[in-house]
Amino acid sequence: MARVVVLGAGIAGHTAARYLHLWLPKAHEIVVVSPNPKWNWIPSNIWVGVGQLTEQDVTFDLAEIYKKTRIDFRQAKGLSLHPEGNAASARPYVTVESTLPGREGQLENIEYDYLINATGPKLNFGATEGLGPEQGHTVSVCTAGHAKEANDKLQVLVDALKRGEKKTIVIGTGHGTCTCQGAAFEYIYNVDHILREQGVRQQARIVWLSNEYELGDFGMGGVHIERGGYITNGKTFAESLMVERGIEWIVRAHVKKVEAGKIHYETLDGSFHALEFDFSMLIPPFSGVGLKAFGRAENDLTAQIFAPSGFMKVDADYTARPYADWSAADWPRTYQNPSYANLFAIGIAFAPPHLISKPMQSANGTPINPAPPRTGMPSAAMAIAVAKSIRDLLNGAEKPTHTASMAQMGAACVASTGAHLLRGSAATMTVYPIVPDYEKYPEYGRDLELTFGEIGLAGHWMKTLLHHTFIYQARMLPGWRLLPD
Amino acid sequence: MIKAGNKEPYQQAYYPPVPTGLTRAMRNNIVWQIVRFFVINMKMLKLMRKSH
Repeated sequence: MARVVVLGAGIAGHTAARYLHLWLPKAHEIVVVSPNPKWNWIPSNIWVGVGQLTEQDVTFDLAEIYKKTRIDFRQAKGLSLHPEGNAASARPYVTVESTLPGREGQLENIEYDYLINATGPKLNFGATEGLGPEQGHTVSVCTAGHAKEANDKLQVLVDALKRGEKKTIVIGTGHGTCTCQGAAFEYIYNVDHILREQGVRQQARIVWLSNEYELGDFGMGGVHIERGGYITNGKTFAESLMVERGIEWIVRAHVKKVEAGKIHYETLDGSFHALEFDFSMLIPPFSGVGLKAFGRAENDLTAQIFAPSGFMKVDADYTARPYADWSAADWPRTYQNPSYANLFAIGIAFAPPHLISKPMQSANGTPINPAPPRTGMPSAAMAIAVAKSIRDLLNGAEKPTHTASMAQMGAACVASTGAHLLRGSAATMTVYPIVPDYEKYPEYGRDLELTFGEIGLAGHWMKTLLHHTFIYQARMLPGWRLLPD
Repeated sequence: MIKAGNKEPYQQAYYPPVPTGLTRAMRNNIVWQIVRFFVINMKMLKLMRKSH
């Protein structure tokens, strides 16, 4: 009998747990550890952030779902990995700290045969002074709770607009190294849509502020698509939508500090600026959750297992090279840790070998470049590949049997630009592969047959369908295994 | 009668393409969007087949 421990129960961790439950013989144990009692369909948080959905619509209790399965759920956060065990036993274990009400702070060592690190990121609001809903002056849509709070503040703003007051709204990224521009992109258009529905759009100045070199970069170096007889960069379409909705944009920006009502930022040319605001949603940079690792003699293995960013090293090529020498082959395939074969990291928790967008620094040496996205569809694909590999390793395979390289998979993103059954819209985008492969596709790095984008009501229907489908699937309701991930 | 001012050139919003009325109408035309819904689904299925 073996025990597989999954740290984290977001899209990556919960997907891995579902498939392990499906594929592993009953003799094996599956333990899921998550500090959050609820699963959250994060892509729909933007609708919570504008009051179209509630927190309850995008979350459910994990314990309730796992109770119906053989998955053992521990509401706790991972503190440290001990891949060599300790002086008393050579069996690997992870130390976790309970977050269950009434048992907060209690420590437990959970032994494992295989461990999947799917903790997701730490929302590193502290990287920018004054950023975030807890210690700062901006709101967030990164969690359902944050999104609800964002909507509460947005409704106060809407009331002020209805009284005839003029307000400035700033939405984008709160640091030069942020990823997840897509969430901010969706939020700015949903805010615009809500203000139009309320008849107060003309009272508001809306500004996009991001670390992208150009609009439409999304941390993937932008995309090219065929449209209207041309091969056109996504920047053109992103700018077109901004102009159509009357939104201004500032790019190549690193937010240095946020004060009440004022954002201070630096741009790539080395100049410094300030932007006044009344309401702002800025995505924080991500980092690892701070897991430590120790050897049998309590020697610190953290730097061996984790990258300086706190994300776990996997089978990527981390050799530092200039942008021109980057290759699709640098990206991990099996997500196995190179030091300990029974450790895997998926979703945001794995350390990417490098950026996808070209690294940039301001004249003052400040990095201003988006980090690579690795959420949603790629996370689920990694989770499934790793679950299959662990199943096969338990059946005697000598090495991981399945791969899910971001340089060999596509991603679909349906970005809401306004929620309404008949007046809604969304930008539907697909890219293949996510990481450009210039050896296979020399001109643009991607397959233009599988890379496309369009805006329309159909996209909104698609986003709504995905919302219900993925929540149904995540709740493990009858037939969930037949639904695509 | 007040004469409308000339549109300010060389600004951020001066350059990007802007959808025509027809393009905007088609984005919310129910029949056309039902067609696009199926087309998008087909494209995504093709993408997923290639990704796995």
